[in-house]
Amino acid sequence: MTVRTAEFTAALLLILASLGLMWKSADGLSIGWIRGSGPGSGFWPFWLSVVMLLSSTAILIRCFLHATPESRDTSSFVDRQTVWIVGLTVLALFFLLLASSFVGMYLSLMAFLLFYLRFLGGHSWTLSIILMIFIPSFVFFFFEYLMTIPLPKGITEPLFFPIYRLIY
Amino acid sequence: MESVLIPLMGGLADALQPLNLTMLVIGCLIGLFVGAMPGLGSVNGVAILLPVTFLVPPDAAIIFLAAVYYGAMYGGAVSSITLGIPGASTAVATVFDGRPMAQAGKADQALLTAAIASFIGGTISVVLFTLFAPPLAAFALKFGPAEEFALMMLAFATFVGLGGGDIAKTICSIVIGLVLATIGLDIISGKPRLIFFDISGFFHGVNFLVLAIGIYGIGEMLWTLEQTKGDVQAHRVSAGLQSIKEHLKRIKSYIVPASLSGLLGYFVGILPAAGATPASLMAYGMTKALSNDPDSFGKGNMKGVAAPEAANNAASTGSMLPMITLGIPGSPTTAILLGGMIIWGLRPGPLLFTEHPDFVWGLVGSLYFANIVSVLLNIALIPLFVRVLTLKFTILAPIIFVLCIVGGYAPTQTMHDLWLMLLFGVVGYLLRKLDYPVAPAVLAIVLGPLAERSLRQSLLSSQGDPLIFVERPLSAIFMLVAVVLFVYPLALRWWRARRAGDNVVAAGE
Repeated sequence: MTVRTAEFTAALLLILASLGLMWKSADGLSIGWIRGSGPGSGFWPFWLSVVMLLSSTAILIRCFLHATPESRDTSSFVDRQTVWIVGLTVLALFFLLLASSFVGMYLSLMAFLLFYLRFLGGHSWTLSIILMIFIPSFVFFFFEYLMTIPLPKGITEPLFFPIYRLIY
Repeated sequence: MESVLIPLMGGLADALQPLNLTMLVIGCLIGLFVGAMPGLGSVNGVAILLPVTFLVPPDAAIIFLAAVYYGAMYGGAVSSITLGIPGASTAVATVFDGRPMAQAGKADQALLTAAIASFIGGTISVVLFTLFAPPLAAFALKFGPAEEFALMMLAFATFVGLGGGDIAKTICSIVIGLVLATIGLDIISGKPRLIFFDISGFFHGVNFLVLAIGIYGIGEMLWTLEQTKGDVQAHRVSAGLQSIKEHLKRIKSYIVPASLSGLLGYFVGILPAAGATPASLMAYGMTKALSNDPDSFGKGNMKGVAAPEAANNAASTGSMLPMITLGIPGSPTTAILLGGMIIWGLRPGPLLFTEHPDFVWGLVGSLYFANIVSVLLNIALIPLFVRVLTLKFTILAPIIFVLCIVGGYAPTQTMHDLWLMLLFGVVGYLLRKLDYPVAPAVLAIVLGPLAERSLRQSLLSSQGDPLIFVERPLSAIFMLVAVVLFVYPLALRWWRARRAGDNVVAAGE
């Protein structure tokens, strides 16, 4: 994909998004004046979406006219090395969030750190394992103990019961 | 004068309370570190760390975050000089002369210049801040909803007029932020709005931190990963007592340009779209233009390091002025601080001075100490920071990601927000690659609810007549300036196109 194609696609998606937002703002809400209570709930988001539609249309037209530097750029939007490192990072974050709902945040964080440090970063096992244990422990101490914000634990909740008894 | 001095003394005493002082020192330390790391600046640090401050009372929290902001301005110079990569965009201009100095083996002198000049700029701006803030807040007390709305339009207009980005993309970014802010229950009618696909998570709205951490945490890290490919190289530095002693004699060579740059930086920093990066570039240009030997700039002139560093520190203080007095952030970082104030249950705006004087003056007092603590820590820890900079980025990146994830979970404690955050991070990163400015969106999501409320209140009081915004004199002035800022870049382009057209015609003849 070239930068030009990306610019074009982004403008098109923004147009679609603004149309969707206009429809959604008008959906069951008043976008005009309600007698005695002022502008309706849909008024502000609707007209904002209209502005968004206008500006994204302008971007699209300027893209057609080759008016922006991006619309003249035919180099590739993401190079191979970027796809590798950024793509893997995003995937790792995706699985981190997905796993958090099932096996809990702590186990997922450990897996994420191990993957990132050992396999993506190529650091030594010692360093990877030390950080893998230290960082989630620090997070536990800070969030659960100091701030009393429980992070999701999923099916691993029972493992934490002894620690709860210790700190609460 | 007394009306300032007495509360200032109170504020200074407040900032010295054990908890506040501890938070201040930790904040400066983290700020220095965050600023020194390439890819992380004050805005990233403040966004990622804001959830952590729920632990302490608001007074201590704002002192901590302001200290991070301050420290980051000092830290930015470290990587500009030792790596030749700006540690934050605010330190871009520091590379111009800082890098040649490092290559000539004078990295220690460059780092010391940066630290002392930052201190000069910081001190000037904090004093100006103390003098300007109370009268401005008193003036702003006269503002009604119409003026508030006009002022926010003015803030957004500065992005269009002065931001320097593509106009359509800037407007798009602002509007996306404003629309995201409308998701959830309408504050006035209580009706649910924009509940996409009936996902219940949208009922509590999109917290501004979800967008801020998404863009400035995850998006920024993806961006940096792409830029550095996970690797950086640092210069060796040895800064001992000897070089400090030697440096003290040279301060007088740059104290004047640093002071002037501090003044310039402060006033540029007040503008929402301008902030520390353009301020430092302008200060660099100004110092070069005023210098006797402009040719030596870019080849390792000390003044070339001093000017941008003084200016970026001053600008960071300047950007707090409209945040505290008007409730309009002067930079993306202060936008996040403003959002934080709303979470802590404070209502930003001129009333803050009368309703929460302890909070405001504690912050002002802390700025004085933050400045001193930052300069001392900076000089003392130069060797440590240089060591940290040699760490591989693949160690830092996962740690930051973990902080983003747990920090993003803290405000609302739903997985829904984390998914949104990841989405915003990836989309923000991709849009940034296409040169969409992202800062306006963050400013807009913070100001969105306030803007909508003031718009609807104004229209209600005028019974739907939009002329209310031009009938009230102050609001009319703000609107007029906003319109000028909107039109200015278009007029400029039209003018250039015409001149270019003329030249073509002239050449044809």
